Parts: sequence; C-alpha cells; structure tokens
Amino acid sequence: MKEYTEKIREIAKRLLNDGTVDMVIGFRKGTLPMMNQPHIATCTDSADELMWDSNCGLNLANYVTDRKEKIGIVAKGCDSRNLVTHVIENKIKRDQLYIIGIPCSGMIDHHKITAMFDTDITSVKESGESITISGNDFSKKLIKQDVLCENCAACTHRNPVEYDELVADLVEEQTDVDPYESVTEIESMDAEEKWNYFEDLISPCIRCYACRNACPLCYCPTCFVDESTPQWVGKSQDPIDVRTFHLLRAFHCAGRCTDCGACERVCPMGIKIREFTKKLNKDCLELYGWEAGLSLDERPPLDTFKTDDPDEFIK
Amino acid sequence: MKLIKIDQQNWNTGIEKAKSAYRVFGPVKEKNDYEFKVLGTNEMPDLNFRNTRLSPKSIIYPQSQVMFTYSIDETKDDCRIMKEVENVTSPMAIIGVRPCDALSFPIVRRNFDTPEYQDTYWIKAYEATTFVGLACNSACDTCFCTSAGTGPFGEEGLDVLIIKDGDDFYTKIITPKGEAFAESAGWGKKEQTDITAKIKELKTAAEASVSSTVSTDKLKNKTILDLYDAPFWEEEAFACINCGTCTYVCPTCWCFDVQDETHGKSGIRMRNWDSCMFPLFTHHASGHNPRNNKYERVRQRFMHKLKYYVDKYDSGIQCVGCGRCIRLCPVNIDIRKICDKMNSFDTESCKCEATSS
Ligand code: SF4
Ligand code: SF4
Ligand code: SF4
Ligand code: SF4
Repeated sequence: MKEYTEKIREIAKRLLNDGTVDMVIGFRKGTLPMMNQPHIATCTDSADELMWDSNCGLNLANYVTDRKEKIGIVAKGCDSRNLVTHVIENKIKRDQLYIIGIPCSGMIDHHKITAMFDTDITSVKESGESITISGNDFSKKLIKQDVLCENCAACTHRNPVEYDELVADLVEEQTDVDPYESVTEIESMDAEEKWNYFEDLISPCIRCYACRNACPLCYCPTCFVDESTPQWVGKSQDPIDVRTFHLLRAFHCAGRCTDCGACERVCPMGIKIREFTKKLNKDCLELYGWEAGLSLDERPPLDTFKTDDPDEFIK
Repeated sequence: MKLIKIDQQNWNTGIEKAKSAYRVFGPVKEKNDYEFKVLGTNEMPDLNFRNTRLSPKSIIYPQSQVMFTYSIDETKDDCRIMKEVENVTSPMAIIGVRPCDALSFPIVRRNFDTPEYQDTYWIKAYEATTFVGLACNSACDTCFCTSAGTGPFGEEGLDVLIIKDGDDFYTKIITPKGEAFAESAGWGKKEQTDITAKIKELKTAAEASVSSTVSTDKLKNKTILDLYDAPFWEEEAFACINCGTCTYVCPTCWCFDVQDETHGKSGIRMRNWDSCMFPLFTHHASGHNPRNNKYERVRQRFMHKLKYYVDKYDSGIQCVGCGRCIRLCPVNIDIRKICDKMNSFDTESCKCEATSS
C-alpha cells in the first residue's frame, strides 16, 4: 500500500501545483488503528498527509455533493460508481472532477477484527495479503481475505469505472462470488420469520442516522425523517418509526445503491443495514439487468421509462 | 466511609437480596457489546466488561420520555388539556458504573438541577438511584479520565465503589445511600477490614495504565472569540458526517427536543435526546439556521464541552474522558486532538491555513 500512498501524494501535489484542481479529497491516517479520516488537501503540505491502506472504506463521493470547486478525488471501485451516480443526478459535474482511480483489493472489517480480541488493538500492520494485529501483550497474523468487509468480499467492481488517472495497474475482478447470498436466504423465509429477522436486525438502532449521513445517495436537503411540516415520522424510539426510517431509506436508494458498505461501516450499533438495500439491488439486477453507477450515459431504472415496457400501467 | 471485603458467594447473594428493595441494573452482554439492563431473578451483572457501548445516562434520562398526555376529542371535558404523567421512580441501583460515567451525573446535574430551574424528571430519577461503581483495574487506550477530573478509581458521583481483586470485591461505602444499599444486600454487618494498602497498590497500577492524556490547563484563560475564530475548525470538521453518534453515546450530553405525537384522538408530549450535530437542532421556524455549516456545529460541540462549560461552572471540562466518542465516531474525529489544539492555540504564532468548505 506504500506505493499507492506515494503515488496519491505525487498526483495530488502535481494537480494542486499546476492548478488542475483546488483541492484533493482523500484519506489521512486516523488516531486509532483501522480508522482513517476523510481529508481535504489544499496545499502540498496537507497533500503529504494523504495515504492509502485497507481502512479507507468510507465513501468519498459523499464529500463532493453540490461542491462548486474543481476537485481531485481518490476513488476506489465503489466510490467511482457513486461519483457516476452523482454526475447522473446533477450533484456534481464530471468536468469538475479529476478522479484518481484506485484499483482496490478490498477493505478490512474493523468491527469484525475488534470483536475478535478481548483487549485493545494498538496497531494493525499490512503487508501484502497479511495483516498483523498487535496489542499490549499479543500479536496475531491474519489473512486479509478472511477479514474483508462483507461487501468487499463479494465485490465484482473493484476497479474504478470512471477515472482520469490510475495509481496502479487494474486488479483482477472477482467472478466466483455471490453478493446476494444472504438475500436469497431471507427470501426463503416465511412472512413471520422475515418479520422477526428484521425486527431483531434493527432493534439496537438509536436513530443517530449515521448510516444515512455516510451514504452519498442521501443528499436530500431535508430528509423525510427531518421534515416537520408535515411531520412524516415520529422522533422517539417507537418501533414503527424506526422501521419506517429503515424501509423508506432503503427504497430511496433503490437502483442507486452501489453496496459500498459505508452505511454499515459507520453504524455505532453494528447493524447490518445492507440487508435492506441489497434486496433492492438484487431486484434491480433481476428485473432490469441494472447495477448502479456503471455508466454515465444511462439513467437508473426508477427514474426513467421505456416505451417497450412490458407492464401495462406505463402506457 | 467504610471498607469491607466481600467474597464471590456474598456478592451473588447480596445482589440477589438487593433486588427486593431496588430495581437493579447491571452490564449484560448483548450481541457483541455490553449494555446496562434491569437484572432479572438470578441474573448477575457481567463484570467482565471494559465499558458499555452506550453510557448509563439513559437510565436516569431516557432517550424518549413521555411527560404529558392529552386528548383532542372535542366531546371530552379535558380536551386539549395537558396532563402530567405520573412521575414517581421506585428505588434503582446501577451496578458497575465506571468512575468516568459516575462523574457524568454530577456534571449533568449542574444543568438539570439549578436554583432557577428544576428538571423534576431527571432529579427524581437521580435521587431514586444508588450508584454502585466498579473501579477499572486497567484502562482502555481511548480513556483519558485522569485528564478529565477523575481516574480509574475515582469516587465522585458514586455511593459505593467496588474494587475487584481476583474473586474478592473490596467495597468502599461512600455515602448514606451506599450504606442503605449495603444494608439491603446484607453486607451491612460486615466488619471493616484493613485493605487500604492493597487498594492503593491496585489504584497506582490502574492509574499507570491510563495511556492517553490531554491538556486542559490553558482553556480557561483563552478568549472565547479567539478560539471561536481559530482557523482549524473547517479542516478538523471536514470529515464529520453530522451523525450525532458522539453526542448520543456521550454520558455528559444533555440536550433534548420536545415533540407532540397524536395517534387518533389522543396524544403524548415527550422529550427526545437531540444533538447539536444535527442541522435541525438550530433550525428556526423562519427557515434561518444560525449554525448552517457543518464546521459551526462541530465547533459548537467542542466549544460547549471545552470552553463555555469551563467558563460557566469553573469545574473543569464537560467531558469525563470515557473515550466513547473517539471509539465510535465513524470518521475518527478525536476529542483529544481537538482539545489539545484548543488548549495550545495561540493567535500570535498560528500560521495554519484555513481550508474552505
Ligand atoms: S447508523 Fe445504525 S444506529 Fe444509527 S440510525 Fe443507522 S442503523 Fe440506526
Ligand atoms: S445505502 Fe449503504 S451501501 Fe448503498 S450506496 Fe448508500 S452507503 Fe453505500
Ligand atoms: S464528530 Fe463523528 S460522531 Fe460526531 S457527528 Fe461528526 S461524524 Fe458523527
Ligand atoms: S465527550 Fe467523548 S470522551 Fe468526553 S465524556 Fe463525552 S463521549 Fe466521553
């Protein structure tokens, strides 16, 4: 990952110096292991803070929404797909962006790794395909593939789909994976089992909305849960309102979600929120042959129609 | 203050006995993390926790709390009359409050229990509660309690402090409330034992295990506007997604919002936790929002905890160093880093360049 870091810094400094961009958005090292921080570099000094490793799982497309400047942005596969979605939805112009593409080999799951140890992890070092986790009185080597985020383990778009420059050669895409394994499992449940499954899934939710706020798709000026005239959703911990939030948010993401996993990564309660969005992704794939953010020239299935639509209601 | 030594057997029977006089709360492992829950018959607090994911503040100050009920049925005499819900709290005891979290209650009390204003909901729950603390024999990496007015063996805010040494529970009974609890647990007649030296030894080791510190000494002498206008806010706030996690998990965050909810012809007026990190928090009815930008909200959170509170109460910072916001902030905004930036901020020597957003 050292090579990625060096290359990102080199590109960022060049772009800032020659005036191609006003800023470069990427990651800098955080204060805790496995926690990098989105960072905005506007000068060569701050560009030297940019870095890359397997803890850059947040989605940086979230940080360019409605910005007016010329922006250099570091983008792995999923970020680039959300940038494409942003362009299609007029949240940023393609020519405002200089996309620094990252061929990605997956991000590691800090929730999972933290849960594997009883004491504090003080350092996490990567080298190639192995990760060494150390604490005050232990050190353990893990294989990166075993501790990948769930969405990364089943990702079929690791390479950026849209970029102006790459930091390294493209990586091989995974083909023998099933991103919808858990959806198929839930689909086979009966209604009551499904109900119980989802009730249990969201029961710890504190409605902080971190999932919504980390998602590049959730850019509405006023989210339906925040609307006060009329107020659609109550603000307490009433399970009806908690359900309403999750179901409606998922539907708002239908045909747009790239399964980047940012929502799940940020949830302080460790809720697997992607179980909702993944179902809709699967439906979009099966019904419309659609995966979000793969092309700048096609609109998502739910904001367009075709005259040869087989359904009657559209005619 | 009385010092007694309790063995595992006496601990178990004591907790069980106390349940007849108190609603007893304790840490319980739920999925991957610990939470405070009411303990049922034969359920023991699981003291293997480091700290609970959420703080115990919700026991005294629930996330959603109904204060009034009303009817909008025009055929009824009491139509549109707010009726206060019964506000009595039976005795509660929270077992296993960590010293950092214990200190949060006296801090929050400065807001909810003042000569001018009495929040009866908070006060009644607080007064009905006995805080049975558990000393930390070793601190987490993100704890900085010793810089925040307490420490791993801190006693402020506690009625009883338990120090665990192997299978023994060294028990310090600090207040009359604590004595009453010990009485109902059947520990009241236990002889005072001389375990002071042993406790001191454990305490020294525990304090040495606190690896992270922050400096707060210069905050008080800084000018509010200098800090407010400091150039680092925009850069430090860039990553924040305004999720409010930091404030929801914080034991010392006390803000709430009042909401009416009507179902059919009847309704409730309740309060729900609110967060200064939400844009809606300061959104005026006119549409104007005085804290419209993200950096202004991030600045508010830190200025409140580390400057306004410091100036107003002269009792240290509004933070107990529990480290929850550091561990749970999804984008690694670290109060230790911000606090050090504020504490060392010098208008003269500052050459950092602000970034715009
Ligand atoms: S981030 Fe988690 S706890 Fe917060 S609203 Fe989303 S699902 Fe609920
Ligand atoms: S819903 Fe979750 S996985 Fe889908 S784009 Fe948003 S943050 Fe990414
Ligand atoms: S500081 Fe972190 S936890 Fe707090 S609102 Fe911002 S992103 Fe969320
Ligand atoms: S500000 Fe953070 S460290 Fe301080 S008491 Fe609140 S959650 Fe704990």
